[in-house]
Amino acid sequence: MKIGVVTFPGSLDDSDARRAVRIAGGEAVALWHGDHDLKGVDAVILPGGFSYGDYLRCGAIARFAPVMTEVIAAADGGMPVLGICNGFQILCESHLLPGALIRNDHRHFICRDQTLKVENAATSWTSELSVGQEIVIPLKNGEGGFVADADTVARLEGDGRVVFRYVDVNPNGSINDIAGITNERGNVVGLMPHPEHAVEDLTGPGIDGLGLFTSALKSLTTA
Amino acid sequence: MPRVIVDVMPKPEILDPQGKAVHGALPRLGFNAVTDVRQGKRFELEVAAADEATLAEVHQLAGTLLSNPVIEDYTVRVDA
Repeated sequence: MKIGVVTFPGSLDDSDARRAVRIAGGEAVALWHGDHDLKGVDAVILPGGFSYGDYLRCGAIARFAPVMTEVIAAADGGMPVLGICNGFQILCESHLLPGALIRNDHRHFICRDQTLKVENAATSWTSELSVGQEIVIPLKNGEGGFVADADTVARLEGDGRVVFRYVDVNPNGSINDIAGITNERGNVVGLMPHPEHAVEDLTGPGIDGLGLFTSALKSLTTA
Repeated sequence: MPRVIVDVMPKPEILDPQGKAVHGALPRLGFNAVTDVRQGKRFELEVAAADEATLAEVHQLAGTLLSNPVIEDYTVRVDA
């Protein structure tokens, strides 16, 4: 199974995301922001970083990169798409996910090993996790405060579309401690913390992040 | 060349940490009259003609790229 990782100008975690795909047992394919080409991949990851220098708004310019035309069409067609950190911001700017990410309420950049509670294990990226499970993965962002209007938040909560919630501390002012959400179909997931940095004991706080990548690979094999 | 100004502001209900940071700095400098600060963005667009069609296009691009309607409001005006 091939999982593509898009590199935008300013992406930082694209190589870590490709590495996570390989460790999970998949084939990682590098995708380029300027190409109208998904190279036949079965799933796409939009990685963390500061695409286009975070100019204008985080993810606002990346959203209009040539490759995003194909990513949006594929997501609408049911392809699994995961947005991590800046990738989550791009998914919100693309309207593939509702809401937006704004500057942390405490105004500091935050970098910590963050505990998350899994609240939806039915998405393409969480099927190998279980509801109520707690995972620890790194969080590092300056603009990770999830906001949406009251109706949208009520719909997300009511439909079980909150996938991950922060445990112990709310690190950035996100509404209802929301760390990650999914679309109606469950194929598109965005989260601020970084599962790709927690796939090997040597280089992260553990291997709790691996489950997202194995979930996608499994959902593709069983699809 | 006429110039069109697009002002983008965070919606009133959206927290504005940057404005808060600016506001927090004012009393330290001895400025005590300001009770709140909200920070936005101003775009100056040079256009060939500030006609109706152009302004309609500016409204469209302001709502598509310059602002995110989830968190921001924008206004468009022709610079006198």
